Amino acid sequence: MSSAAVATTDAGAPVDLDNIRIDYPDGPAAQIDLKVDPGEIVMLLGPSGCGKSTILRALAGLQPIAAGAARIDGLVHNGPEAHCAMVFQEDALLPWRTARRNVEFALAMRGVPRRERKQLALALLDQVGLTPFADHLPKQLSGGMRQRVQLARTLAAEPRVLLMDEPFGALDAQTRLDMQELLVSVWQQRRTTVLFVTHDVEEALLLADRVVVLTPRPARVARIVAVARPRDPDAQLHPEFALQGKEILALLGHGQFPSH
Amino acid sequence: MTTTQERALPAVPVAEAPPIERVHPSPGRGGLAAVASRSLPIVPIVGAVLVWHLLTRYDVIAWVRFDKIPGPLDVYHSLRVQLETAEFRQHVVSSLRRILSGFALASLVGVVVGIGIGRSKVVAALLRPLIEIARPIPAIALVPLAILLFPTSEQGIVFITFFAAVFPVTVATIHAMKTLPLVWMDAASTLGARRRQVLFHIVLPGAMPAIFSGLSVSMGVAWICVISAEMISGQFGVGYWTWMSYSLLDYSGVVAGMLTIGAMGFTTSWLIERLGRRVNRWLPGEAR
Repeated sequence: MSSAAVATTDAGAPVDLDNIRIDYPDGPAAQIDLKVDPGEIVMLLGPSGCGKSTILRALAGLQPIAAGAARIDGLVHNGPEAHCAMVFQEDALLPWRTARRNVEFALAMRGVPRRERKQLALALLDQVGLTPFADHLPKQLSGGMRQRVQLARTLAAEPRVLLMDEPFGALDAQTRLDMQELLVSVWQQRRTTVLFVTHDVEEALLLADRVVVLTPRPARVARIVAVARPRDPDAQLHPEFALQGKEILALLGHGQFPSH
Repeated sequence: MTTTQERALPAVPVAEAPPIERVHPSPGRGGLAAVASRSLPIVPIVGAVLVWHLLTRYDVIAWVRFDKIPGPLDVYHSLRVQLETAEFRQHVVSSLRRILSGFALASLVGVVVGIGIGRSKVVAALLRPLIEIARPIPAIALVPLAILLFPTSEQGIVFITFFAAVFPVTVATIHAMKTLPLVWMDAASTLGARRRQVLFHIVLPGAMPAIFSGLSVSMGVAWICVISAEMISGQFGVGYWTWMSYSLLDYSGVVAGMLTIGAMGFTTSWLIERLGRRVNRWLPGEAR
């Protein structure tokens, strides 16, 4: 594989969720024990409201960890840090900044000198296929394009762990496919560790190395499914794909139609 | 490098076209409609002046009495004469200076205090009650105190203007703090933004639409107060001049003063509006 060419500083960090517990004011939200290898893509899948986004938010430092420890690259992680950047489902772009200036914001926060920012931002936008739209405001872009800008902006932070909270959930099927391909191509270049929350079983099986199926709230690991052919374009043609999909659906309680 | 996957990706996402900017009916199109829409605001103004002229020309007395009211022509002449005099221009300048100082001070204090209250529980607990007690007091009721407090009436008038203008901006800013989408703050902090950077890059620009609506309300009340204060305690200013004209039975002068105040108020509001549109052109309702 080509990953040897990638600079080590840019490559993914291992993530160790050592029996972490995250609490809401009204009780526990999640209790997770999970190890993620560097450069691995792990999809978190669970019934809606189970607390899967909360796990990402805790890793991003947006939610306190009540017990246990989250280690990134072996170091205990607390508080927001740029090496755990997050792509949100909602419109997280700053609407008063153009696509390029949104990316430049992330560069500025990383401490990139002012005169280097424009060039870098344009390169990142090029990577997500948005060069012609660099000077458009978010309101002038479609939903898919806005998520591309968000991805570019998140990459600008040079995260070693990429947290994605149902980033393609609000997109139409066609656009979602484009975005999934884009994510894989970006990942192939950077080998960032990816933790991705979704409620779409197919998306999970298409992108993941491993799919972590969670229980209803409080979220716990119900099962970890190692994907048979990770990111193989023809994976769907193989029977394992359907079987694993059925297995996961069964875990989520959608095993059969109520025929009786 | 693994570029096959990358190549397969179109440079421009073809499946999703950017939303076409809304097509506005161009003003140049359809000559008659354009002329009609442009003359629309003129019609009621011309109508009002005409009614005014007729009422005063024929000294109509029908419960309200127009016999002592100057007509539009008298006012026009008075205004023309006054605008020539350095004295009148001095009055205009001093009113403008007062309102701009009071308003600028109020904007600054209002935004800072509003952000403080909106973002810090401690500041809110400290200042909110005081503000809520002070807010209902009409600024003009402070005239006696202002006369006692300040060495010159000039400073007193600026203070009164400030007092009137500060609350709308403060309240608008507090409100803006509560309506900012949290995801902006979350995104910024995961990108490594510190508190100060969140304040200047997220909070302030995000609050600008609300701040500007507060500013335009403030500008309105600032004019009311500056003119009233001038009428009561000033030695200069258009308000003072208008009141003097009344004392001297120069009724054309009174109306000329009123119209001057109207024109100045209109101009300042228009400037705020223009500035606000520029700052907030990212809002969904603003065409680029």
